[in-house]
Amino acid sequence: MLAKALTGSNRYWGWIVLLLVVIGVGFSCYLWQLKEGLTVTGMSRDVSWGLYIGQFTFLVGVAASAVMLVLPYYLHNVKEFGRITVLGEFLAVAAIIMCLLFVIVDLGKPMRLLNMILYPTPNSLLFWDMVVLNGYLLLNIIIGWHVLEAEYKAVSPPRWLKPLIYLSIPWAVSIHTVTAFLYAGLPGRHYWLTALMAARFLASAFASGPALLILLCYILKKYAGFDPGRAAVQKLAGIVTYAMIVTVFFVALELFTAFYSQVPGHGMQSLQYLFVGLEGHRGMVPFMWVFVFLSALALVLLINPATRAREKTLLVACGSVFGALWIEKGLGLVIAGFIPNPFERVSEYAPTLPEVLITLGVWAAGLLVLTVLYRIVVAVKKESALGNEG
Amino acid sequence: MKIGAVGGLGLVFLPAVKGFAGSGALRDAAGAGSAVGRKWAMVVDMQKCWERGAECRDCILACHRAHNVPEIPDPEEEVKWVWTERFEHAFPEQVHEYLAEHLRDKPFLVLCNHCENPPCVRVCPTKATFKGDGGLVMMDYHRCLGCRYCMAACPYGARSFNFRDPRPYLRELNPAFPTREKGVVEKCNFCTERLEEGLPPACVEACPAKALVFGDLDDPSSEVRRILSASYTIVRKPELGTRPKVYYVINPGLGNSGGR
Amino acid sequence: MKIPDMRYIITGIVVFLVVMTFPFWYNIGKAASAPQVSLDTPRIREMAEPQCVEPASYMRANHMRLLEEWRDRVVRGGERTYVAGDGKEYLMSLQNTCLDCHSNYDEFCALCHDYAGVAPDCWTCHLEFPRESK
Repeated sequence: MLAKALTGSNRYWGWIVLLLVVIGVGFSCYLWQLKEGLTVTGMSRDVSWGLYIGQFTFLVGVAASAVMLVLPYYLHNVKEFGRITVLGEFLAVAAIIMCLLFVIVDLGKPMRLLNMILYPTPNSLLFWDMVVLNGYLLLNIIIGWHVLEAEYKAVSPPRWLKPLIYLSIPWAVSIHTVTAFLYAGLPGRHYWLTALMAARFLASAFASGPALLILLCYILKKYAGFDPGRAAVQKLAGIVTYAMIVTVFFVALELFTAFYSQVPGHGMQSLQYLFVGLEGHRGMVPFMWVFVFLSALALVLLINPATRAREKTLLVACGSVFGALWIEKGLGLVIAGFIPNPFERVSEYAPTLPEVLITLGVWAAGLLVLTVLYRIVVAVKKESALGNEG
Repeated sequence: MKIGAVGGLGLVFLPAVKGFAGSGALRDAAGAGSAVGRKWAMVVDMQKCWERGAECRDCILACHRAHNVPEIPDPEEEVKWVWTERFEHAFPEQVHEYLAEHLRDKPFLVLCNHCENPPCVRVCPTKATFKGDGGLVMMDYHRCLGCRYCMAACPYGARSFNFRDPRPYLRELNPAFPTREKGVVEKCNFCTERLEEGLPPACVEACPAKALVFGDLDDPSSEVRRILSASYTIVRKPELGTRPKVYYVINPGLGNSGGR
Repeated sequence: MKIPDMRYIITGIVVFLVVMTFPFWYNIGKAASAPQVSLDTPRIREMAEPQCVEPASYMRANHMRLLEEWRDRVVRGGERTYVAGDGKEYLMSLQNTCLDCHSNYDEFCALCHDYAGVAPDCWTCHLEFPRESK
């Protein structure tokens, strides 16, 4: 089945080569970072996590969102998702691989990575994150592959797969909950110190992941000749709509608690920094207003049934959801948690060029995995469609 | 310092008992090489510190020299074990607009608080930072991954990351102490290497004003306990439940010492 | 299996084997002689009967294990004193005990490590410059 990935149009190969070039550039920057240290990044003693960990956090959400296909399909018999659950599972695989890569590029001593396993430390949430992320990766590879193989061979999937599929549902929730706990359990970081964090993470994950999947379905339809079906996309659009509403609601809850209570240390200063600037530092302000604009646009287009049903406007809405939540979670959340610093000083963060190139390299690596997996899916689905007709 | 005195010909002679600064009565040092059953703490008497004048940096220099702490010019990548902050930065939640001038503009010494309930230890995924003997929050630089989770967890900004190789930024090397390498987190170790020899921390020893007092909280007759029971002391961010073990003596202002 | 596939597979296996065994046949007939490490340092010269913490043969084979044990006992256990097999006590310190005698990094540590093709990273932190007592 894997051999299917080696067949494809010139456009397919061109895309693969482009990704390899971006990976190559990112990797050379990473070698430089290994040699010089993390000084080549924009991180500092005050903002000690940046773009890498932001991407990690955002992508855990994308990975977890596969459950939004698996759960309706397997527990509620939503037939429309039959054709695309494997797309969700493989998206999770690619996203988790990116997550793991982003953690590795963020480490000061990556060659000591195995210390996490050699000296397991159950009181650390990072340890649990490693456990649940790797478990989720394995689950999705096994499930996705066997379901697809069954379709390829025109048989029903092995019976032992069912329990794993059911297990993957709470497991998806666990990966994003544990990732939220990474932040929500730190005493001195008020912006993160909120019980709402895990709920907020899950809500935004269930908006951004399915939104990305709708975009991917469109790309597959347009360029790979595989149509997941309008019904499936519309079903997904409904999920994105609800999840986006809940996400914006949760952000509003944080704003209310911070600003009505007027407790400076209760996230108010971080939110001020994000939306209006703090002590003259306004680095994130433009981004956050783009977030506001995109969220509003997305909500208008999604809630209105006419624009949600029309393909063009739905794509704009999904792009907006993805962009908005990437800013909120992939940038703002991590950076603002460090601002102000423990001495109530503002020290801003901006990624450097090598940091951005490494980030793009990791994204390209994830897209490469995704492309190869989706290429196989499309080939198998087309063959089985032919088989069914014949 | 003579390394020969420590390393010698193999046979080691641990230094004889020495009294801690500001106190000859400390018996702590007697059991040299062992910190078991103790709870080390520091009391900083800011009034005494300020009497020396704001330029005095003896404790900082002594510490940074003893531990090969580099002087990195870029403030974003600074490495520091002990340094000073103004009141509003050291105690941001206890500041108000009309705070007495003698508090507001003066430097406060800040360092790792060696918390009784340290969040950094809780989050470390490899036990590279851990609570050792005597309640010290220790770093094992051999094991640190450089994930910087401890830096996110520390509410005191006490941890520094080696964004680059620190060696070129060392003016003079203490040959008896290692340096660090790029990619690991470091911080004050309360001079565990000196405590084990029965010596007080380098900063305490170096303070010409005897403003720093070091001792065992579990010993009711120790000088730290005596000061804590007799003076008004504060700690940084007590509301976070970390239970810091660096205490600050806050005296009434010089201007109103006769009042009330 | 189709014949063309077989051809690719065999070619692949041959290429893999050649690449993987490259270091062996590349070095055929180039065996370097074992290095002679120098024990001529000021501190060792002072000793009437030069002796390491444990017998030389043991140290040669096991110094890395001993150092790891020391490392964990000092850093994590808060111990400082090592009681050697012969009952003598030593300060457990690479920098202050081992390198105090073996103050000739190039003629001692590096010589053997290079020969064995290992690159321990002890010296990124532990100082190895000439350690004449001041």
